[in-house]
Amino acid sequence: MSSAEELVGTSLLAAGERVAARRVSSRELTEAVLARIEATDRRVGAFLAVAADRARREAAAADARAARGERLSPLDGVPVAVKDLFATRGLPTTAGSRILEGFLPPYDATAVERLARAGAVLVGKLNLDEFAMGSSNEHSAYGPCRNPYDLSRTPGGSSGGSAAAVAARQVFGALGTDTGGSIRLPASFCGVVGVKPTYGRVSRYGVVAFASSLDQVGPLARTVADAAALLRVVAGHDPRDMTSSTRPVDDYLADLEGGASGLRIGVPREWFQGGVDEGVERAVRQALATYERLGARLVKVSLPHTRYGVAAYYLVATAEASSNLARYDGVRFGLRAEGRGLAEMYAETRQRGFGPEPKRRIMLGTYALSAGYYDAYYLRAQKVRTLVRRDFDEAFRTCDVVAGPVAPSVAFRLGEKLEDPLQMYLADVFTITCNLAALPGLSVPCGMHPSLGMPVGLQLVGRPFDEASLLRAARALEREVGPLPPPRIGET
Amino acid sequence: MTLSREDVRRIARLARLTLSPEEEARFQDQLSAILGYVEQLGELDLEGVEPMTHALAAGEGAPLRMDEPRPCLDPEEALANAPAREGTWFKVPRIIE
Repeated sequence: MSSAEELVGTSLLAAGERVAARRVSSRELTEAVLARIEATDRRVGAFLAVAADRARREAAAADARAARGERLSPLDGVPVAVKDLFATRGLPTTAGSRILEGFLPPYDATAVERLARAGAVLVGKLNLDEFAMGSSNEHSAYGPCRNPYDLSRTPGGSSGGSAAAVAARQVFGALGTDTGGSIRLPASFCGVVGVKPTYGRVSRYGVVAFASSLDQVGPLARTVADAAALLRVVAGHDPRDMTSSTRPVDDYLADLEGGASGLRIGVPREWFQGGVDEGVERAVRQALATYERLGARLVKVSLPHTRYGVAAYYLVATAEASSNLARYDGVRFGLRAEGRGLAEMYAETRQRGFGPEPKRRIMLGTYALSAGYYDAYYLRAQKVRTLVRRDFDEAFRTCDVVAGPVAPSVAFRLGEKLEDPLQMYLADVFTITCNLAALPGLSVPCGMHPSLGMPVGLQLVGRPFDEASLLRAARALEREVGPLPPPRIGET
Repeated sequence: MTLSREDVRRIARLARLTLSPEEEARFQDQLSAILGYVEQLGELDLEGVEPMTHALAAGEGAPLRMDEPRPCLDPEEALANAPAREGTWFKVPRIIE
């Protein structure tokens, strides 16, 4: 392994330690990462924009701090990237859509600001499904991202670029967003750790809105400790987001090595009732057996409304999306198409600017909210959310975390589900209920699929604001499973 | 649930989209299939179940603050991404003929 490969292959925390100890400079790390992106991203397609100049400037500042013996955080001087859904001042922010092509935000999202305040080096913006709508990253208006473990397969979505970039060693960590599984699914497909925090744990200020009652920001990284460190930096109250919680943020790294002994792990019957690929189920069951060996206790629980999750989700999420996406009207920012009069300009702009998936969801959401249908669709779906949340509350009376598969399969092939939106939506069947219930969840690699050779993730869902227990449990498994073999990115 | 072509056009008008005839046909099929799928929510007895209107528990969100004027985005920055402007205004096509 060359030294450049070794340099980009360490964990985020190890890289940060090296910068602080001045064994490597942030400048060297940044150059190694930029070279890695240059060498691999034509095949992977994880980046929509690389901000080399900004990254070099931030790296120089981090090196100056290290020389003075200052350190802002464990992330200081370490290259990271964010999904192109986060507003970045002066850097293009497209949301994966033509309608925002060329848009330069006048401010940074809070999460981006907090990364900068922690000294992290922002190297670019990552590919995604348009407006975070999708489970494969194929709905990006700028071309799909590919899975580093098999370039014929999707990285999952919608934070596909975030998972792929981390897996491909293009960055040490990334931020994504998760509305129905958009962090956990790609994390599972690309063999990295992805955390969807409790709703309200991380500020959504400056994040392009998709479904405001479900959207949540979270980290993707190669180790649980890296993800914990990233979450610690971005979490916390923000007065600019009225849904951001005022609860203090736990020190997720403090008790990370606490192990799984005595942990009560709920195994929901409904998550193991067929429909899951055999190899995926085997890997997940092996992880559960590992937990038992570590002294955890498996508890049978039931989440009877799991099967209604996808239906409820696609009413709530599309209704909120149809409202949120009304702002793209060709007046204040983004694309404008010509039309005779205002109404025609609106409709032409939206017709040309939105791709098929946002249009489909705007249509569905508009219908669900339209006169005469509100009670039958949106209100009904919001009531089902209450039932989904009650399922989890009931389960947490007898267990501390709930465990199961992230997805019914490993990463599927590009094009496999593109023409059948309903099949695409069903990839999220196990992740969606966590969003509906506003709970924290994560995906941690539990091994490789025995015959397909693709990563498999284990999903853990926890009590509100108990990210610390989830991360500790994930770390206990990670220690046993060990690191996955790195992807070879098309080299055979 | 089957949507008619006229339903699709009506929804598109409400959503300010001008769909092509091909899109109308595709959305008619796809949206009908999705609406058929969500009909399963009708199986549930939701009598007396409160809708989840807030994702955060009471008292978890931001506390109320005084409504006082504070600095906000500079007008030039706010207008920098405008497709068309005149002075400090966003410019739109004529509304009244």
